[in-house]
Amino acid sequence: MEIVILRGEESQVYNVEIENITLLSVLNHIKTKIDPSLTYSHGCRSGVCGSCAVRVNGREQLMCEYKPSDGDVIEPIRNARVIRDLVVDTSSIEYFNLRASAWSEGSREGCVSEEEASRIETQTDCILCGSCYSACPVYAVNPEFIGPFALTRVWRYVNDVREEKSDGKMATVQTNGIWDCTLCGACVPVCPQGIAPMQDIRMLRTKSAMLGYPDPTMNFGGGFDLGGWDF
Amino acid sequence: MSKVLIIGSGGAGLVSALSAHEKGAEVIVASKTLPTRSQTSMAQGGMNAVLSSDDAIENHIEDTLRSSAGLGDESQITFMCERAPEAIRWCNTIGLPFSRDDGGEIARRRLGGASAPRACYAQDYTGLKLLHTLYDQCLKAGIEFKNGRFLLNLIVDHETNRVLGGTFLDIETGDVEEIRADTVILATGGYGALYGKHSTNSVQATGDGLAAAVRAGAKLADMEFIQFHPTALKGSSILISESARGAGGYLLNAENERFTDELAPRDIVARAIHDEIDKGGTVYLDIRHLGEAFINHTLPQERKLTQLYEGIDPVHELIPIKPAAHYSMGGIEVNADCMSSVNGLFAVGECANHKTHGANRLGGNSLLELVVFGRHGGAKAAEYGTKNPIPSSDNPQLAKDTNFVRGVMYFTNQIDFYQKQEMLANIFYNNVGLVRDDMGLKAVLGAIRQMQKELPFMGPRDKSKVCNTNLVEFIEFGNKVELAEIIVVSAISRVESRGAHYRLDAPVRNDRMFGAHTITWKEDGVLCADFIQ
Repeated sequence: MEIVILRGEESQVYNVEIENITLLSVLNHIKTKIDPSLTYSHGCRSGVCGSCAVRVNGREQLMCEYKPSDGDVIEPIRNARVIRDLVVDTSSIEYFNLRASAWSEGSREGCVSEEEASRIETQTDCILCGSCYSACPVYAVNPEFIGPFALTRVWRYVNDVREEKSDGKMATVQTNGIWDCTLCGACVPVCPQGIAPMQDIRMLRTKSAMLGYPDPTMNFGGGFDLGGWDF
Repeated sequence: MSKVLIIGSGGAGLVSALSAHEKGAEVIVASKTLPTRSQTSMAQGGMNAVLSSDDAIENHIEDTLRSSAGLGDESQITFMCERAPEAIRWCNTIGLPFSRDDGGEIARRRLGGASAPRACYAQDYTGLKLLHTLYDQCLKAGIEFKNGRFLLNLIVDHETNRVLGGTFLDIETGDVEEIRADTVILATGGYGALYGKHSTNSVQATGDGLAAAVRAGAKLADMEFIQFHPTALKGSSILISESARGAGGYLLNAENERFTDELAPRDIVARAIHDEIDKGGTVYLDIRHLGEAFINHTLPQERKLTQLYEGIDPVHELIPIKPAAHYSMGGIEVNADCMSSVNGLFAVGECANHKTHGANRLGGNSLLELVVFGRHGGAKAAEYGTKNPIPSSDNPQLAKDTNFVRGVMYFTNQIDFYQKQEMLANIFYNNVGLVRDDMGLKAVLGAIRQMQKELPFMGPRDKSKVCNTNLVEFIEFGNKVELAEIIVVSAISRVESRGAHYRLDAPVRNDRMFGAHTITWKEDGVLCADFIQ
């Protein structure tokens, strides 16, 4: 089986005679038996640590959950500075979660029904692997976009019935946030945890409208400002 | 204001960071990975606490003590169990999304060795959700993270036996740097990765903090006690959570018969499985009768991973399993304030030995331990640093380690360390695993001593300065070899069977001779061991 790995500007082809194992196992084989300079991140090998997201034939995958086929092309995830081979700078994870104030402001005690708890079950499955961030086309035009994983995280706290002061979070996601998303949905199929950040962003938009924030996408180019009329 | 350096960013590191920060300390967390990528993300089962009147804290203490097989410290266990309800409340307050029962209370399940259902959980993602909740809180608190920093050594003033900070390889740049602080908290996790493909652990669990601690003059305790999880996937050692058995899963031998109490403590179940496998049979976990809906809701990870790694759907088929190295009970010897034998050096979580697990840990007690002792250790470290600020003094450690990292590039590479690492994992699984004897242990010790001599003939083959993971893995291998010797010497010294340490040639517990902790340390590079009450 031939595996092509993008290393900096160049692609390198590796020939491995093993079948039916994960891409991560293939790379471990290459690193320990063929080429120790091949550089990538990994950890738990069971899909929870979020270390090993890459792009395979143009689509984001966790290496530990993907079984490769002959000719697969492996590249680092996008929208992040490549440090070496498949390792990218992960500082955006801290940066955007900070920008979004993606944390609990204080969660009350007391009963929570199973139904209420299940509302944030999927969003809290996030492993911060960066796949959604890599797939998002908005970064090409707006590098300051708070982006899918951080906005999902905000919705996770806003939608948590235990949260007492979450409304304030809506202010932090108005600029470079929920309105900058194009709702293209590229983040949805690439999530290894089945999270749909685009849906979460929609929910944040609805919540935002309920709290009285204006919807800038509903701007009709001048509206009733008479100065805009051109006779 | 004291400065606290926390090394390691898993659950224990983040809890202690929040705690030291609350006490007014300036906190820096240095870690070889991004915080959310640590071992804690893999914890599934839950966190033990007595939350209602149908259970009692005394029972939690009693279960933990019994399982610890004489090596648990009653006052430490009491400290942990009494603070468990408050630990759960605190986790809820910061937003950990616990699963709920019919009545809307935090749901609990029964894990092995527990007399009541008391493991509070968040589906089978308890560790993941705890870790991410903690990370979010650390960002809120403005904790400074230095990610991608690989610990080389602790900086110690040997005259005063006082820690001054640590030296790190900045993995991205390849530079060696030092971080000084009034106190250092090690929260670097366990050493399960020594068992390689026979471990459920992350490849990152290489015991770097323990190795650095012993080089710095700290004492380690009970290093021979390594818990084997009964149910890992046969081919890949991927963990199948104990909650699968807690929910009613069966263990079946090659004849399709049940052969043990599935909910006995882990050491007993793991050895029963080992004996069946030794007879030449495959052992299976059967959860088919739990039904697809239940499996999808409660054990979604297990289903996905079994399909991926074994090509088997547990809804319809039996899961082939084996025991695999899972948790390091041994660790840095610490006192009730979580401080090691080096002044100002604290340790919390799996890298520490808080004497709460003794010879065998109960499922659901490790997340609890990291919350309770993370909070306690963080506060104590902040306090100690305020009372005893470090003097600014010259120390040769940074120069030494800078030279080492430069010099290691010239190691001769006649011997492939990856091959030796695999061999070490295999001989450890076979001879320092569930069943041990003097001859097998001594053979492993011989192999380790040989590897120690061969280290200069190994080395990284990749010569890049930038992001050299081959170099990092070589230093990790060095740490594994350092700890391997200590584990094996401890296992040879303990000529009895107790908890996770089972000697075929001494199958009976001997309290008169060995009812004590195996304390190990290095003096001028020479390994010393003693049994101390």
